[in-house]
Amino acid sequence: MFLTLFLDLRAAKVPVSLGEYLTLLEAVVRGAAGFSVEDFYYLARAILVKDERNLDKFDRVFATVFEGVVSQAGSIEEFLAQIPEDWLRALAEKLLTPAEMAEIQALGGFDKLMETLKERLAEQNEEHHGGNKWIGTGGTSPFGAYGYNPAGIRIGQKTNRHNRAVKVWDRREFKNLDDGVELGTRNFRMALRRLRKFARDGAATELDLDATIAGTARSGGMLDVHLRPERHNKIKVLLLLDVGGSMDSHIQTCEELFSAARSEFKHLEHYYFHNCPYGHLWRDNSRRWDDRIATWDVIHTYPPDWKLVIVGDASMSPWEITTPGAAVEEWNEEAGSVWINRLLTQWPAAAWLNPSPARQWSWTESIAMLHQAMGGRMHGLTLEGLDQAMRQLNRGAPGR
Amino acid sequence: MTKFTGTDSYIATPDLMIAVNAALTLERPLLIKGEPGTGKTVLAQEVAKALNRPLISWHVKSTTKAQQGLYEYDAVARLRDSQLGDPRVHDIGNYIVKGKLWQAFDTDPCPILLIDEVDKADIEFPNDLLLELDRMEFHVYETRQVVKAAKRPLVIITSNNEKELPDAFLRRCFFHYIRFPDRDTMQRIAEVHYPGIKPALLHQALTVFFDVREVPGLKKKPSTSELLDWIKLLLAEDLSPDELRDKDAKNLIPKLHGALLKNEQDIHLFERLAFMNRRGS
Repeated sequence: MFLTLFLDLRAAKVPVSLGEYLTLLEAVVRGAAGFSVEDFYYLARAILVKDERNLDKFDRVFATVFEGVVSQAGSIEEFLAQIPEDWLRALAEKLLTPAEMAEIQALGGFDKLMETLKERLAEQNEEHHGGNKWIGTGGTSPFGAYGYNPAGIRIGQKTNRHNRAVKVWDRREFKNLDDGVELGTRNFRMALRRLRKFARDGAATELDLDATIAGTARSGGMLDVHLRPERHNKIKVLLLLDVGGSMDSHIQTCEELFSAARSEFKHLEHYYFHNCPYGHLWRDNSRRWDDRIATWDVIHTYPPDWKLVIVGDASMSPWEITTPGAAVEEWNEEAGSVWINRLLTQWPAAAWLNPSPARQWSWTESIAMLHQAMGGRMHGLTLEGLDQAMRQLNRGAPGR
Repeated sequence: MTKFTGTDSYIATPDLMIAVNAALTLERPLLIKGEPGTGKTVLAQEVAKALNRPLISWHVKSTTKAQQGLYEYDAVARLRDSQLGDPRVHDIGNYIVKGKLWQAFDTDPCPILLIDEVDKADIEFPNDLLLELDRMEFHVYETRQVVKAAKRPLVIITSNNEKELPDAFLRRCFFHYIRFPDRDTMQRIAEVHYPGIKPALLHQALTVFFDVREVPGLKKKPSTSELLDWIKLLLAEDLSPDELRDKDAKNLIPKLHGALLKNEQDIHLFERLAFMNRRGS
């Protein structure tokens, strides 16, 4: 029985190891649980689950094992249980205006809406676009993207037609998060550490034990204390982040990168741009219109020993890079490529991190152009790409 | 062995009790996570009180090193003593300063060791403590002695999830996630802290409190400790339940909200909601 639980947990991708299983057996033998199923449940949970994100999975596995219910793989109920309700709620609340929320009453309130959604999902079993009942894109059903129903829940629609509703719901999308793609802050930080270069400067505050011993010995036993400055990371990083538009689907990855970089470098300055850096950058995205900083000022502020890291998906119209005045948000006197060259001249050590998957790069003309403009220094925003980028930044500019 | 069943000032849910008792029986560290203010740190104090054992707290900061928990060698003091010709200088053991972990190994009766906010430290901190927590022993290089716990202390570790903890560390711990208390538990908690509080006032305060938590988009949801602070304020101001119930459009922001809402965005959100409500009515 316990073994079934253990194996099913592993099958459900809850990371449990043999050691934990043996601990559980030991705990049971030593009577840590008492004799009720409830106690055993709590005990097993404390021993086997190490992360609150896995609690839900554990509950489901526990239920199937101890109810004796054989779970039907791929059944719609199981699938539905994997849809985090918070996610749905957040999505709906973000996308609906208060007036629209009021009109949801048309369907009998939010809960009713969720319920109907679940029913519909159970009925629907293939992709669907158009029409007025099924979930899909371009219809008048309250569910799915681009709907006309005021009570619509825009499933999976970010702002791009790229991610269609059914795709996000597709179960395989959740399952396919393999290690090559999934990145946590921890991994990012470990990769960013490659860029560290320690140096001692500033006020002498730390006792230099070796120098003190040597100095004391030299002066015949008279204490001769030596101090030295504290060691710290002297790498200075200027981070330029693309925001809005096609970057919306990469927000989370970028946030993780940002928080990892924040804690890893003492000198980190960040600016935002849209699609490609032009004459202006801004620091606070909510005040991007009234609080802009001329890119020239930025270029003059940070000396060339800073490392330039640009994060963006580089997906835009090719005109934006080659032609003056083609930027989507401002009138640019000079083309994007001119600005890229200026940035690279000021900061020879530079890298472009691209969150869109590397195999798609060749499909988009602008990515290829920027790849070339950066002198081949474009890397994917994955662990591997980050690693490459950091190594290359440490080596400095090509040809130097 | 005595079991932990909560104390008269701490309401423990059954799953928490099981987790604590399992950690006690099997002598494994217990990792506690949960929303800020749900009583993670207080748990260790209450366990110590309930079991009548001393509590040793090690509060971790961003600069804390694992070695500091074991021992530190005070070379400067030894150098100074050698200058002054102090006879103590001949024994290096005089300059070994015990860390919290060592203290916990030495204390009798077997204490509770609280490692508070383990996620605040450097990312390698938990990895550096693996062997020490597993075997409850370590080697002192300067004196060539091995320090070993006579009886394994109960180690309670709290984390706020600011950093992910390494798998090897997690595998050695038991884990409990303190869920946000439901209304009934919350009522019991409040009653334990403020015995004799008027039921009508408590009922009203809890209603307002849970309503506030329900508001979507709050940056920092108020938690147990904030509720307790707020009730304390309400009692000090001697507000009546009716004054709290004033739930019409104009007074959407709860009275004395400073205890519940902790940042200006949240207060601003409430003001906006109140404004919208006023316009709607």
